Amino acid sequence: MSFLLEHISVLVVIVPLMAAPVCMFLRNGTASWAWATSICFITFALAIILIQQVLANGEIIYALGDWAAPWGIIYQIDELGSFVMLIVAAMAAIALPYAKQSIEREIPKDRHYLVYCMFLLCMSGLLGMAATGDAFNLFVFLEVSSLSTYVLISLGKDRRALSAALRYLILGTLGATFYVIGLGMLYQMTGSLNMADLADLLPGVQDTQTVHVALAFIFVGFGLKLALFPLHVWLPNAYTYAPSAVTVFLAATATKVAVYALIRLTYTVFGDVEPLETYGVRIVVLGLAIAGMFAGSMLAIYQSNVKRLLAYSSIAQVGYMILGISMGNASGLAGGIIHMFNHAVMKGALFMALGCVFYVVGSVKIEDMAGLGKRMPLTAAAIVAGGFSLIGVPLTVGFISKWYLVQGAFEAGWWPVAILIMLSSLLAVIYVWRVVEKMYFQDPPAGYETAKEAPMGMLIPTYVLLGAAFYFGIDATFTSDVALSAATSLLGGSQ
Amino acid sequence: MTPETLILLALLVPFVGAVMVLFSGISSANIRDGLTVITAVILFVIVWQLIQIVDAGGRPTVTLIEMLPGLSITFTLEPLGMIFAGIASFLWIITSFYAFGYMRGHHEHNQTRFFFCFAIAIMSSIGIAFAGNMLTLFVFYEVLTISTFPLVAHSGTDEAKRAGRIYLGILISTSITFLLTAVIWTYVEVGTLDFTKGGIMDGNASAGVITILFGLYIYGIGKAALMPFHRWLPAAMVAPTPVSALLHAVAVVKAGVFSVIKVCVYIFGVDTLANIGASTWLAYVAGATILLSSLVAMRKDNLKARLAYSTISQLSYIVLGAMLATNISTMGSTLHIVMHAFGKITLFFCAGAIIVFAHKTDISDMKGLGRKMPITFFCFFLASLSIIGLPPLGGVWSKWFIALGAAESGQLIFIAVLMISSLMNIAYLMPIVYHGYFGKEPIPKEHDHHDDHHAPPNHPLLRHLTFGRPGVAEAPIMCLAPIVLTTIGCIALFFYAENIRQFLTPVFGG
Repeated sequence: MSFLLEHISVLVVIVPLMAAPVCMFLRNGTASWAWATSICFITFALAIILIQQVLANGEIIYALGDWAAPWGIIYQIDELGSFVMLIVAAMAAIALPYAKQSIEREIPKDRHYLVYCMFLLCMSGLLGMAATGDAFNLFVFLEVSSLSTYVLISLGKDRRALSAALRYLILGTLGATFYVIGLGMLYQMTGSLNMADLADLLPGVQDTQTVHVALAFIFVGFGLKLALFPLHVWLPNAYTYAPSAVTVFLAATATKVAVYALIRLTYTVFGDVEPLETYGVRIVVLGLAIAGMFAGSMLAIYQSNVKRLLAYSSIAQVGYMILGISMGNASGLAGGIIHMFNHAVMKGALFMALGCVFYVVGSVKIEDMAGLGKRMPLTAAAIVAGGFSLIGVPLTVGFISKWYLVQGAFEAGWWPVAILIMLSSLLAVIYVWRVVEKMYFQDPPAGYETAKEAPMGMLIPTYVLLGAAFYFGIDATFTSDVALSAATSLLGGSQ
Repeated sequence: MTPETLILLALLVPFVGAVMVLFSGISSANIRDGLTVITAVILFVIVWQLIQIVDAGGRPTVTLIEMLPGLSITFTLEPLGMIFAGIASFLWIITSFYAFGYMRGHHEHNQTRFFFCFAIAIMSSIGIAFAGNMLTLFVFYEVLTISTFPLVAHSGTDEAKRAGRIYLGILISTSITFLLTAVIWTYVEVGTLDFTKGGIMDGNASAGVITILFGLYIYGIGKAALMPFHRWLPAAMVAPTPVSALLHAVAVVKAGVFSVIKVCVYIFGVDTLANIGASTWLAYVAGATILLSSLVAMRKDNLKARLAYSTISQLSYIVLGAMLATNISTMGSTLHIVMHAFGKITLFFCAGAIIVFAHKTDISDMKGLGRKMPITFFCFFLASLSIIGLPPLGGVWSKWFIALGAAESGQLIFIAVLMISSLMNIAYLMPIVYHGYFGKEPIPKEHDHHDDHHAPPNHPLLRHLTFGRPGVAEAPIMCLAPIVLTTIGCIALFFYAENIRQFLTPVFGG
């Protein structure tokens, strides 16, 4: 047990990393699935222990190979990091049980093991990004997760998945490269890659042109990865054409971890510089966030493919997170952080429900969902309930996020922003209701009147996640405690 | 049982009832309908006991769950809420009976979904009535909106779908853009959302902020149907009549005006409002709504549409009383919640009876119908008198107190508004009764022959009552009895208004 606790922070990352190649040897879909699922459960358990440790004892610092920072690579896990790791591990542990039947339906049998292998790699990369205290190591894990993501997307049944993956590959690589360029400039100025070390050294050189340019590269780089409007163009196709189970995991985690990285860089690495204030970046970030909230939702309204509709909604939701980050007060930042969790839960549930639809109907076009309320009552109900959360109806997680964001806006004295948040959530009413009306007020096409549900193996995970979307909307004390104290400590570093 | 247990039970009973309805409806309609009645009766008994406790000075409070750090779902009983809970739960029993007759007589589909959503809507109303802070009220307010949407769009026709969109669109957008904004802003300014006697605003926010906040609250409560956010209410009339009766004359709209009063009394404080004058401009809006919607009502030939616009006008009486910011007029408003509930539910019951059992929806077709349905039309007459505000019916008292408040605050123009409105009420309600009894029956048109096709089921409780007289075809007893009961209620309220006033003394003073 003491070994476990001592190495917990690195175990969470390397367990899936080491486990991934095993799938290559297994070469069998079911065996790989069983292996990957058990690994995900173990990782999830480790992530729970990790966050408990962090909440009880504070930040965990782990020097890899006992090489002390700033020369060696360290893992530095605080509340925010462990919270994000918990999100990733939890979403993986819920997505894999769901994935089996979905993947059997959507991907040729001889490639199943590839999915699970890449899935574990992707998860390990995302966990590593949240764990590391080294800025270059962040890039490494970013690439681990990104490269495996490109493979996962290209495995989609539709041939358009290939071009979607290629587009993501190009833009994702651009993003990662931008980050490395920015990081290189910082290294040039400070001689360090350790985050805490950088945070100490940067204020001394904050007024140099190089640091300004570096920051611009870093923001644009991660802006691409987290699909900040207008750098979002890779996202809709990637989400739409990826296999359903892959979309569930990506939508729930990938952009969130990129948001996490941006928070980490803004509030820890550049913490004492206060880049939002010092360089006047706030208005840019705020403006893009709000533009994303509206553009994403408006584009969502006009989609005829529901998966793509939800993808555009994700762009809007990323806008909310970035908006929270740009506020610079505890409530707003907590709103952004809590929305990472909340959005993961609700979008995960919604994409799972869509995967169920795809499993049975073979399409997620809105016209093919007519009469779904009669054909697939449980799935349709799940889509409605998930939609409530997107709108931000009370008793769902969406309401909690909105509460903190609006509170943050008022505390910052930005009441027009508060109104804009509310108005943009009305757009969600429109795109959700388009689907609801289609499902409940139109009769199913002839020959499909009888109810036929997706298998329980897919419905149960969907409902578990949906249950979480309501549970954490009714009793949000755990998530908001973590988010608030994470936000306070992040801001404390910059004041 | 402790009062705290009773509070939780009052919320649990309709919920459990709803779930049982959902499962029993599949096997037997009779069991389902029986369950609805039993649930309604149990709920009323519980609420009645709680009323006794509150009357004796008890203010039980119970916290269900902490939603956010420092913000919880809490229920606290006080007289205003008990009035609302009392009428909602009492009229639910009567409406349940009425609904069985109506829904079966009308061969409605999806009855199980109907009764399920109905029970959830009642639970939300109870939640609103018992809410101990603004967050709780808001949560149940939204649940009420969503649970009533399937009832409005019940028939699933294009018209119903369009109405559903208007209903949801207006109620959700006002509540999110204005009300939720106001609630969070209040929390940021004041640091609490608890309903407190005398309000929480005084000294915690500047007069300017209070005025803006107050406007956000009043317009955020779209269920109060203050112009220009009133369109959802006429739209909702495509719903089956029991929905219009209980929800859009009692539960939903009264949840709106109840929230308005609650916000005035417990968030802002009547005195604070009077001192700042934050509500004055809204009093004019309410006055305008009263007159304009009465004007529209006079031009509507569809009976339910006319009643809907009449409701909008009557709701604005309640809003006006609160906006006058005197204790006596706010008390009058609370009284009017009760008076109008009984009066308007009777009118809707009558309208429903006419639709189902005489197949008439337009007033111009109802000439001479009073001779065929004498009791229905007489009840319609009495309830109209209560809406108009004439003795010996309950409606007179609430109007009297609101007018007194107008006098006290020196805004005599609103007394004139009330007078003109009464005249307009006469103008749009009385002709229906007059033509019903004395009008010349129109020659039956071709399409009237489908009457037989829609004949009520051959069940003793669902058969037309003829009383052995030729030409009389009264609504069946399942519909008629509720009509008569609520009419008696209108008369009884004239004599018992003083008891309600006494009950409200702790809130508004003697």
